[in-house]
Amino acid sequence: MAAPKPFTLIAELSYQCPLHCPYCSNPVDIGHPKYRGELETEDWIRVFGEARGLGVLQLALTGGEPMLRRDLVQLCAAARDADLYSSLITAGTLFTRERAEALKAAGLDHVQISIQSPDREENDRIGGNRSFEKKIAAARAARELDFPLTINCVLHRQNLDRIEELLDLTLELGAQRLELANTQYYGWAVVNQEALMPTWQQLRRGEEAVKRFRERVGNKVDVLWVLPDFYEDLPKPCMGGWGRTAMVLAPNGDVLPCQAASTIPGLEFANVLEHPLEWIWNESDAFARFRGTGWMQEPCRSCPLGRQEVDWGGCRCQALRLTGDAAATDPVCRLSPNHELVVSARESAQTEEFLYRTTKRPHGSDVGGARASSANYF
Amino acid sequence: MTRPRLATGARLRYDEVREEHLLLVPEGAVRLNPTAVQVLELCDGERSVEEIVGVLSTRYDGADVGEDVRGLVEAMAQKGLLVDGSA
Repeated sequence: MAAPKPFTLIAELSYQCPLHCPYCSNPVDIGHPKYRGELETEDWIRVFGEARGLGVLQLALTGGEPMLRRDLVQLCAAARDADLYSSLITAGTLFTRERAEALKAAGLDHVQISIQSPDREENDRIGGNRSFEKKIAAARAARELDFPLTINCVLHRQNLDRIEELLDLTLELGAQRLELANTQYYGWAVVNQEALMPTWQQLRRGEEAVKRFRERVGNKVDVLWVLPDFYEDLPKPCMGGWGRTAMVLAPNGDVLPCQAASTIPGLEFANVLEHPLEWIWNESDAFARFRGTGWMQEPCRSCPLGRQEVDWGGCRCQALRLTGDAAATDPVCRLSPNHELVVSARESAQTEEFLYRTTKRPHGSDVGGARASSANYF
Repeated sequence: MTRPRLATGARLRYDEVREEHLLLVPEGAVRLNPTAVQVLELCDGERSVEEIVGVLSTRYDGADVGEDVRGLVEAMAQKGLLVDGSA
């Protein structure tokens, strides 16, 4: 069976970042020497062209902080030349008016700015850096230059109660979209899970606030809000299905089916410095391993709900982390024999203390150890 | 909706790989049938809906396309993909 055509290339240009968000989706071992190297400008430009040839339409320029790349303007121009729709996914602290103008002129299509909280102090505490004022200035610069603007906020127990303020701030900034991204428990979020896991009451209040806002504001702001996995009993099609719609390019050129796939032991990731992107997408082991339905075990294999090609078995990284087996049914599914693990995780909210994202070994902690034992984290 | 134009950031394009017309928007795409493409190409924020109907009617030898055009414009406006250029 031929591989489906990819739609999105998530280009992680650099793992360097001025912020230290405790739920960052980057690997917990971003300080490892294997991540030190970054692709050269010409490598990225070649990959953009190869991606378009495969069918990619959307390019997410992300990181870390993509604005730390000095060649970002050149990369945006290359994306436009390759006829890709480009989005800059930035923390905003470096998105000055001057650089924004250069990016606009180069053909950047869309800007997404993260906000950690609509409250200045809380934003700066969560991001581990004084960044709020710069983010607001960045959002205003984006709108002045008529960029379509998305505000993204990762939600968790320590900011969910401010969702109303966040909605109002988004409206005031003139953003077209607000992405309310519930924390996904991989990368740094696993290390900080107990400080991040929201309560059911918070989520219900958040949902109601979103509903009221939609009624009041209409389609002026498109609010993306999805209940987090842990409060569902049927899995989501993670990444639109493994190797179906998207691929992630790490700064060093490794190509992954999702941002967290490096947590799966035994998966080998091909690198664009060694293989054409087409081969990596169509043939390489990492993409073929969980593509389609042939790899599925019970209860997925004989799914009584007929959801094999709806949720594609859910999230592989979550299956691994909770059951120790990346090929197991996502325990979010109520039919999984391990669904109880998801139910009990909802009750794990215990601490307010963050372990901040860093390329250094965090003081007094053993992050490598936490990762190695992440399958047993609960 | 009097003088529709594409929302900020929406871009029409033909995808040679999939051989279909698309409207690209931030982090998404909408598949378009050939009729929708012709309507959207005329949504420049200057022409009124009735002028768009007129152009397409002439193109198709006087066919009555009014209902189709108005329906499409309304549906796209509902989704926030078309906005009023006269506003």
